[in-house]
Amino acid sequence: MTTWQFLLLALVAIAALGWVFRAVGQSVTGNAPFYRDMPYGVAFGYVLAVAAILGSVWLYLQEGAVFFRWAVQGLIGFSVAAYLFRLLGQSVGPEAMRKLFRQMPLTASFGILVIIIYAILSIFAGPISPLFIAGLGIAAVVLVEISRRSSTTEGHQVVVMIALLTMALFIIMFFVGPLAPHGQEEVFPRANIVPGGDVALGGDPEFPLGTDQIGRDILSRLIYGAQNTVGIAFATTCLAFFLGGTFGFLAATLGGWLDQILSRSVDVLMAIPALIFALLLMTIASVWAPRLGIPLTFFMVIIIAVIDSTRVFRLARAVGTQIVVMDYIEAAKLRGEGLPYLIFREILPNATAPLLAEFGLRFCFVFLTIASLSFLGLGIQPPLADWGTMVKDLSQFINFAQFAPNIAAAPLLAAGAIALLTVAVNFVVDWMLHRTSGLKE
Amino acid sequence: MTKSKDLLLKIRDLEIEGRSDETWMPIINGASFDLHKGEVLGLIGESGAGKSTIGLAAMGFTRDGVRISGGSVEFDGINLVTASAAQKRALLGKRIAYVAQSAAASFNPAHKIIDQHTEAPVQHGVQGRKDSESDAIELYRRLRLPNPEEIGFRYPHQVSGGQLQRAMTAMAMSCRPDLIIFDEPTTALDVTTQIEVLAAIRDIVEQFDTAAIYITHDLAVVAQMADRIKVLLKGDEVEEADTATMLSAPKEDYTKSLWAVRSFERPKKAAPAADAVPIVRVKNIDAAYGTVPVLFDVSFDIHAGRTVAVVGESGSGKSTAARCITGLLPPTKGVIEFEGVEMPLDYRKRTKDQLRQAQMIYQMADTALNPRKTIGEIIGRPVEFYGGLKGQKKRARVEELLHEIEMEPSQYIDRLPSELSGGQKQRIGIARALAAEPRFIICDEVTSALDQLVAEGILRLLAKLQDELGLSYMFITHDLATVRAIADEVVVMKDGRVVEQGPKAEMFMPPHHAYTDLLLSSVPEMDPDWLTNLLDARGVDNIGDAAVDKM
Repeated sequence: MTTWQFLLLALVAIAALGWVFRAVGQSVTGNAPFYRDMPYGVAFGYVLAVAAILGSVWLYLQEGAVFFRWAVQGLIGFSVAAYLFRLLGQSVGPEAMRKLFRQMPLTASFGILVIIIYAILSIFAGPISPLFIAGLGIAAVVLVEISRRSSTTEGHQVVVMIALLTMALFIIMFFVGPLAPHGQEEVFPRANIVPGGDVALGGDPEFPLGTDQIGRDILSRLIYGAQNTVGIAFATTCLAFFLGGTFGFLAATLGGWLDQILSRSVDVLMAIPALIFALLLMTIASVWAPRLGIPLTFFMVIIIAVIDSTRVFRLARAVGTQIVVMDYIEAAKLRGEGLPYLIFREILPNATAPLLAEFGLRFCFVFLTIASLSFLGLGIQPPLADWGTMVKDLSQFINFAQFAPNIAAAPLLAAGAIALLTVAVNFVVDWMLHRTSGLKE
Repeated sequence: MTKSKDLLLKIRDLEIEGRSDETWMPIINGASFDLHKGEVLGLIGESGAGKSTIGLAAMGFTRDGVRISGGSVEFDGINLVTASAAQKRALLGKRIAYVAQSAAASFNPAHKIIDQHTEAPVQHGVQGRKDSESDAIELYRRLRLPNPEEIGFRYPHQVSGGQLQRAMTAMAMSCRPDLIIFDEPTTALDVTTQIEVLAAIRDIVEQFDTAAIYITHDLAVVAQMADRIKVLLKGDEVEEADTATMLSAPKEDYTKSLWAVRSFERPKKAAPAADAVPIVRVKNIDAAYGTVPVLFDVSFDIHAGRTVAVVGESGSGKSTAARCITGLLPPTKGVIEFEGVEMPLDYRKRTKDQLRQAQMIYQMADTALNPRKTIGEIIGRPVEFYGGLKGQKKRARVEELLHEIEMEPSQYIDRLPSELSGGQKQRIGIARALAAEPRFIICDEVTSALDQLVAEGILRLLAKLQDELGLSYMFITHDLATVRAIADEVVVMKDGRVVEQGPKAEMFMPPHHAYTDLLLSSVPEMDPDWLTNLLDARGVDNIGDAAVDKM
């Protein structure tokens, strides 16, 4: 029996079982509405899902399926973690936050959990200087004082809470020490240690994820990678939103020739494939950077921000034009309000939901662009640790996947870190979009 | 007459709940009624009374997040609450049809009207495509749509709102159902268009002896259409009776208050002195949107402490005239004077004080208030902007304004507009206009989106404020009952021209201009025989848009 015959037979069996499942359901439950009104397609889907689960269990028990086993373990592990995190959110904190967690799907809680872990890893990757904590403390006191003067008692309490929590976290982490066991540039004499820490297989418990070709600790570089890649991506996205948002709202509010000029220039920029355009500009910048004495990373941030701001411009303009025609904008115009008030006080508060959702998506794209550029050697430069560069440097180990999965895992860890964050941010954005669209009638 | 016929729909103790904020909240607390073949039941009540929910439940359907928690809906012996999806599928569209409030939003804009019409008969196997098309043309003819042979082959955006509403009624009729549910079918239409649709619906329901549930909040409309009326209030039944009994002898206080709304009328004011300088004088203005002219030689005066109502259908240029006065749309010709001083035509060239003098209240309070700002911020902004008040003084002034519009400051000042009801939102719009301390306020259809009781409250408030503060109003409306209640002078507009103007008393007395006459005669009255009498007196071709076209 060939594979094709087997698949065909399996499909026929599932089709038949789907019909049986529905019929049995109807007779056993005495025609309950759930089974009575079930279309055949749905019944087929249920049986197909069961078959897929059984197939996965079979594959899991196979000898060679190491990577599949890891994937399943990861999925289950993350699901349990997300579930526990949601449970935690439901039972602690203020009522508004508990309610948020009660309505949250598991995917979103997984996304938030991952983002929080990444944020903590990237902030506390290296040692914290006492000076920084002192500066933060002064900033917090100033902020609390400002909020006490301008805001209501409730708003003030929230600011105080946030300031206290942040200070507490920083002070605790100061005593815990840096999360990365070694420095990102530290080179050890033992190169090419296998991940896993098993001495018999060529590992070393001191380097649980092994070391790379020139002997740098992969775990430390992964943690520092969060700081570098995520931090730079975040800064780039913020810059892109500042540029795109400002020009988009200006185009929407003023209209006329300004709108035409801005929109057409954005069209021109968008007509050039983004990654190729970025590569081209980065090549030019790599010549300029040493001459001007400005790090290449700085150019990269600006270039990616400008290219990505075109998408933000489009969204901000579209959202803005919808808001500008509202009567409350007309009322503000007739009152004689100036442009800054119109944009920042009337339009912006109503555009935050779609812009925030776009921020999440845009962050993913920026992050992937940076990783791609780094993979091609034009992005974040050594000795800074970066996930894209790590994948490139370790990529030849992929060849060992068949007979030594442990060795092949080294480049996959960095790639997995990128994938995990992208998926997490997308989950959160999906949830936010669902919420904002659900609130509209 | 209806008792002798067969029972078609039997609803008993219907309870419906809606999911909101993690709990199930009751929407309908036990409604019961019977509907016989060929009978029309009118469901009336304010928004939120559960009219539409009952209408949909009569088809065994609930909106998302809503469930039927108790009671039964029996259609011709079949309990729709427990019926299977297959059973309901065979009934809906074939024996029970639904006509929605906004035909423009309910038709699929990508398909021709007749293709949407024939879908149900073909799917239900009632008729073939060819037969159904010729039947559609016959129905269009009976509903007196212009060009019945041809109109179905247009797309929905190519026909007018009133025609679309009639096409939707024809679509509901396509399978000759036993029951049609009309959910506010004329609420979004002009009076002159409404009367045509009403006549068409009543005619066709009688011709085919169809039973109907007619949902509306307009008592005068339901009086024309229904054999029996059921009044609802916040999900509770108030009372149910024959139309004639209900109109002449309502039992409950709530019903009586609904009936009494139309009695509000302000005392007549003395005519302004001949040499008085009007607050606003509009002199011979022409205006155009781009190159399309919309206003032609419009002139009128608004005197201190008086209300000028500008009436006319949608598209007659009422709102455009207001936009010209505020300066949003600078007129191409003519002069606008405030207290004898000529104003710059563009609002951007006016001084802050000139802008302060004229304020505006909008029709849709939902879009007129920034949804992300609290009430305190919305009202506080003009106080700060024009008066320069800050901090405690500003808050005190906002509280004072909230008192003036009869809302408790401590309760509302920190709320968002979404936490208010429609009437309260409209009051906030009024307070925002008052905050500028203007002499003159433009009210653009301020009551047309509100229920009658709430609208009356707004009108009374506006009247009170006028007496206290000596304000002048320009009151744009298409509802002549509102005009009767609040206006001192009336300006009638049609196609961008002023057709007639004068004091209110004169305008409601014959002889009028033919168009004024048509407008006045098209306003439904509480008399159940009003439509019949009107049709007898004028004939079907002399009402509504058909009559307008002849002018």
